[in-house]
Amino acid sequence: MMASLVPLVVLVPLLAAALTLVLGRRARPQRIVAVLALVSVLAISIALLIGVDSGGAVVVEAGGWPAPFGIVLVVDRLSALMLVISSLVLLAVLIFSVGQGLADGDDETPVSIYYPTYLILTTGVMVAFIAGDLFNLYVGFEILLVASYVLITLGGTAARIRAGITYVIVSLMSSILFLAAIAMVYGALGTVNLAQVAERVQDLPTDVQILLHVMLLVAFGIKAAVFPLSFWLPDSYPSAPAPVTAAFAGLLTKIGVYAIIRVETVIFPTPELNPALMVLALLTMVVGALGAVAQADIKRILSFTLVSHIGYMILGVSLGTVAGTAAAIYYIMHHIVVQTTLFLAAGLVEREAGSTSITRVGGLLASAPLVAGLFFIPALSLGGIPPFSGFIGKLALFQATAEQGDALAYTLIGAGALVSLLTLYTLVRVWNLVFWRPARDVKGDETRLLLAVEEAPHSTSTLSGTRATPRLMTLSTAAMVAVGLALTVFAGPIYGVAARAAENLDGATAYIELVFPGSADQPALGVEESQP
Amino acid sequence: MAVLIACGVYLLLERSLTRVVLGFLLIGNGVNLLILIMGGRAGFAPIFDASIDPVEYNDPLPQALILTAIVITFAVSAFLLALIYRSWRLANADDVADDADDVALRTGTRVVPLEEASIDPGDTDFPVEVQR
Repeated sequence: MMASLVPLVVLVPLLAAALTLVLGRRARPQRIVAVLALVSVLAISIALLIGVDSGGAVVVEAGGWPAPFGIVLVVDRLSALMLVISSLVLLAVLIFSVGQGLADGDDETPVSIYYPTYLILTTGVMVAFIAGDLFNLYVGFEILLVASYVLITLGGTAARIRAGITYVIVSLMSSILFLAAIAMVYGALGTVNLAQVAERVQDLPTDVQILLHVMLLVAFGIKAAVFPLSFWLPDSYPSAPAPVTAAFAGLLTKIGVYAIIRVETVIFPTPELNPALMVLALLTMVVGALGAVAQADIKRILSFTLVSHIGYMILGVSLGTVAGTAAAIYYIMHHIVVQTTLFLAAGLVEREAGSTSITRVGGLLASAPLVAGLFFIPALSLGGIPPFSGFIGKLALFQATAEQGDALAYTLIGAGALVSLLTLYTLVRVWNLVFWRPARDVKGDETRLLLAVEEAPHSTSTLSGTRATPRLMTLSTAAMVAVGLALTVFAGPIYGVAARAAENLDGATAYIELVFPGSADQPALGVEESQP
Repeated sequence: MAVLIACGVYLLLERSLTRVVLGFLLIGNGVNLLILIMGGRAGFAPIFDASIDPVEYNDPLPQALILTAIVITFAVSAFLLALIYRSWRLANADDVADDADDVALRTGTRVVPLEEASIDPGDTDFPVEVQR
C-alpha cells in the first residue's frame, strides 16, 4: 500500500504536465488539472509521512529489479517531511499564480507554457527527494533545473533573459560538476546506489574520500547557494515573476541543502570536513546579511536574507550530531514556508504599490492593511522573534551548537545571533518605509518611476492600489502565513518528527539496512568489478 | 578528455555567449568520456553468453548513464541556443550583460543615506537594458 504510493508523487505531476500541454491554450481546464494534481500530490505526501513516521521507511524497487541493479526509491522520514512541505508550498504558489493569471489576463505568464513547466518542476523536486541513488538524484536535479530555466526566463523580457543567462550557466556548471563527481564515485566504488556507496566508501583511502566529498559538496553548494558559490542567487531570482521567485526561493536552494544532508549523513558521516563547513556556514550567514543591508528592493533584500539563512542550515548539518541535524531539518521546513510567504507578500506589495523599491513605496499600512499583516508575521518569524517558528529553529540550532562547546562553536552562535539581528533590522526597515511611512513622505519623481519600473507599467501612484489584488492571491498568502503559524503552534510534534528523522540519519548503517535488509555481513553485492 | 575539459573551461570564461555554449558542449562531452573511462577497460558486449568469463564483459552501466547525460546535454544546449538568440534579438549583443545594481555599487553608491538607497537604473550612464 505505502510502496505503491511512492511512485505516484512523481507520476501524478508528470502526467498532469502532459495533460496540460495537450490542453494547450485552454486556460480553464489547464488550471483545474494543475491544481488537482498538486492537491493529490499533497494528499499522497501526507499519507506517506504518516505511514513512514509510524511504520518505518519505505523502499521501492522500480520495475521489480533488486536493489543494487535497479533504481530504488527511498522514502524515509526526512524525505517524507520534505515531500509534504514542498508540495504544500508548490500548491500555495500555484494558487497564487492562478489568481494572478485570472486577474491579469495572463500577460505575465503565457498559459500554454506556464502550467506544464510548473508541474515538471514539481516532478523534478519529487524525484530529487525520493531518489535512492546518486544518478537518479542527478536526473531529478536536471528535471527541476530545466523547468526552472524556462520559468525564470518566462516571457523573455530583456531583464529576465539577462538574469536567466547567469542562472542557467551557473546551474549547468554545477550539474556538470555533479556528473563528474558521479563518474568519480562510480570509478572508485563501482556503484551509484546511495546505500551501496555508503557501504563501500569506508574502504577507500582517506584522500580519495575527501576528493569525492569535496566534489559533491561543491556541486550541491552551488545549488544551495553556500557562500563563495552564492553570488548568482541575488542576481537572478528577483527578476522572475513573483510566484516563480517565491517557489524558487523556498524550494530550489533547500533541495541543495537536502542533498548536502544526505551526503553528510549517509555517504560521509566522518567529521573531517565539518570544521570547514562550519566556517563556510559562518561566512554564508554574515555575507548574506550584510548584502541584505545594502539593498533597496524588497525582492533583492529577501534574496540576500535567503543566502544568509542557508548558513544556519549548513551550520546544523556541519555539527555532525543528531541534535544538529534535527535542528537543520526543522529550520529547513520553517525557512521554506517563511521565505516563500515573504516573497508572495512582496508580490502583493508589488501589485498594491506598483513597485518593490523601499524608497519609492510608502503608506501601505493605511491602503492595504491585510498585505501589511501578511508581510509582518513572516518577517518577524524570519528575524527570530520569540513566539514564531524562526525563534524555535534558531534556539534548537544554537543549543545543538553549544553542545560542541569549542571556540568555533561559540563564534558561530554569536554570529548567528548577530545575523538574526541584521535580518530583523533589514526587515524592520522595509516595514518602516513601505508600510508605516505616510505615503505623502515619499519623494517620488513620476517620470523616473515610469522609466525605472519595467515590470509594473501602471505604477504612477503609490497612494492607492494600482491593480486590484485578486482574492485568491491574498488567500494563498494568508494560507502560507497560517502554515507558518502552525509550524509554531505544533512545533512539538513537528520537531519530534524532525528529531526522529535525524536519528535515522545518524551514521549510514540505518540507511544501508533499509535498502539491503540484513546485508551487514555481505560485503560484495553484484558482479560489477570495483576498481580501487 | 582533459583537453576537452580544459578548452571548455577556457571558452566558458569568455564573455561571448556563443563561446560559452561551445565550452559547455566540450565540457559535457569531456565528462561523458570521464564516465566511460570510469567504466573500466574495454570488453565484450554485455550480452549473456555462457562461454564468456564474466570479467571479460564490458560494464554496461556507465554507457546507460552516458546515454542519459547526452540526452540532457542535448536538450539543455538547444534551450541555451534559444536563450542566446533571444538575448541577441533583444540586446543585439552576444555578451553576458552587466547587472544594474552591481554597476551602481561599483560606481560608488555603496554607502548611501537611507532615503537615497534607491539604485535607479536611470541614475547610471551604463546601458542597463535595451527597451524593446
